[in-house]
Amino acid sequence: MIFAVWLPLVMPLLAVPTARRLAASLPPRAAAWLLAGCAAALAACTAAALGLLTVAGALRLPPVAAFGHLERALPGGDAVVAVPAAPVAGALLACCAFAVARRALRHRAELRAARRAADAHGLAGDLCVLPEAAPDAYALPGRPGRVVVTAGMLRALPPAEREALFAHERAHLAGRHHLFLLAAELAAVCHPLLRELRSPLAYALERWADESAAARVGDRQVTARAIGRAALAARTHAAAPRPSAAPAATTGPVPRRVAALLGSDRAADRPRGRSLPGGRRLIAAALLACVTFSAAGAVDAAADLHQTVETAQGEQPGR
Amino acid sequence: MSETSPAARRPAGELEASVLAALWAADGPLTPAEVQSELGGRLARTTVTTILSRLHDKGAVSRSRAGRGFAYSPIHDSAGLTARRMRSELDKQDDRTTALARFVSELTSEDEQLLRSLLDEADPAGTQGAAGTVDGRHPGSGTTP
Repeated sequence: MIFAVWLPLVMPLLAVPTARRLAASLPPRAAAWLLAGCAAALAACTAAALGLLTVAGALRLPPVAAFGHLERALPGGDAVVAVPAAPVAGALLACCAFAVARRALRHRAELRAARRAADAHGLAGDLCVLPEAAPDAYALPGRPGRVVVTAGMLRALPPAEREALFAHERAHLAGRHHLFLLAAELAAVCHPLLRELRSPLAYALERWADESAAARVGDRQVTARAIGRAALAARTHAAAPRPSAAPAATTGPVPRRVAALLGSDRAADRPRGRSLPGGRRLIAAALLACVTFSAAGAVDAAADLHQTVETAQGEQPGR
Repeated sequence: MSETSPAARRPAGELEASVLAALWAADGPLTPAEVQSELGGRLARTTVTTILSRLHDKGAVSRSRAGRGFAYSPIHDSAGLTARRMRSELDKQDDRTTALARFVSELTSEDEQLLRSLLDEADPAGTQGAAGTVDGRHPGSGTTP
């Protein structure tokens, strides 16, 4: 158990770069599902491992053992490792739970605030226009979802591109993309290494919406121009360039999105690893192995602990 | 499939959205004919008129007499103040990425240059060059901030 239980905690070290690599070579929709799914699975395994460590450690303490109807506390064979690890794991688990709850509540509060802001204005269909000069646009999830756009954004785009913008936001709403983002956000709270999955996921979701918009509008060029023009308008309007979350070494997400829409064969989406068709399969296999090991580690540790507890409760093992 | 009239098959809500967007993008009140041409003639005039009067009934736009018909403009409502306060409250949250997928994300200087060249290549005629409209709307912003 003592080895298996660590597996989910260290596996993201391997799985995260692998998932990012694989996502880069997938179409946006598949990439989004992959990244969000990986984040959720790895986070769940992490939480399970922390839980197991905590329980295993706690059962070595006589009062807890008595509470669990154990005849005696668990043998301290590996107590040197388990006993100091348990309080740490317990504390981490509590921190995770607290942070996840806080994050989820904040998410809800943010959506409520945004919805109140939108509700104060008249609606036309699913569109809400905020009378502000700064160009901005976002999809406001809910029932029904809304497309929120500032007057500044509408003035910056010609009619055809406004339609592309609306189609983009409607694709976010229809695909319930905010749930993907939330899943990744909560996963990142559970394991710091999973933070690295957020930006590729955000990019995949934008690309997904871009592609839907292009299909809807029927013109990739118009869609590309709408994205580019909106980004430029927002930049020229901002007093100072916004601090970039990730100081991109090469190119930021917007030029890549535009290039992906304009480029032949969507070359921009497949920077590397595309030349070898077998390569992608290999990466996928590696990722699958990572996630499987992670889950198997947690399950194995759980089974091991279960058996140990049953033995300690005086039952015959193997029955 | 057919190129004829994609607008006709769109849900009414989307048409309303397009019409309201056209009013907001304009500098002054628009007549139904002007809205129609602003939208590229994809909608029939009667459709536009119907949508405009529906929007007026909902209180989303105001109208004034213009010749024999009406000219419509969006309502800059008094509720805007409340909304703006809530929005700035929202902006105070250090990052909104959790809740809202934004259309606009940050650009670095290199991104901006690359983007401009990409858009220029895509639109060599320069009919509505990427930089053109943006800078035209915000005079003086063409220079590097």
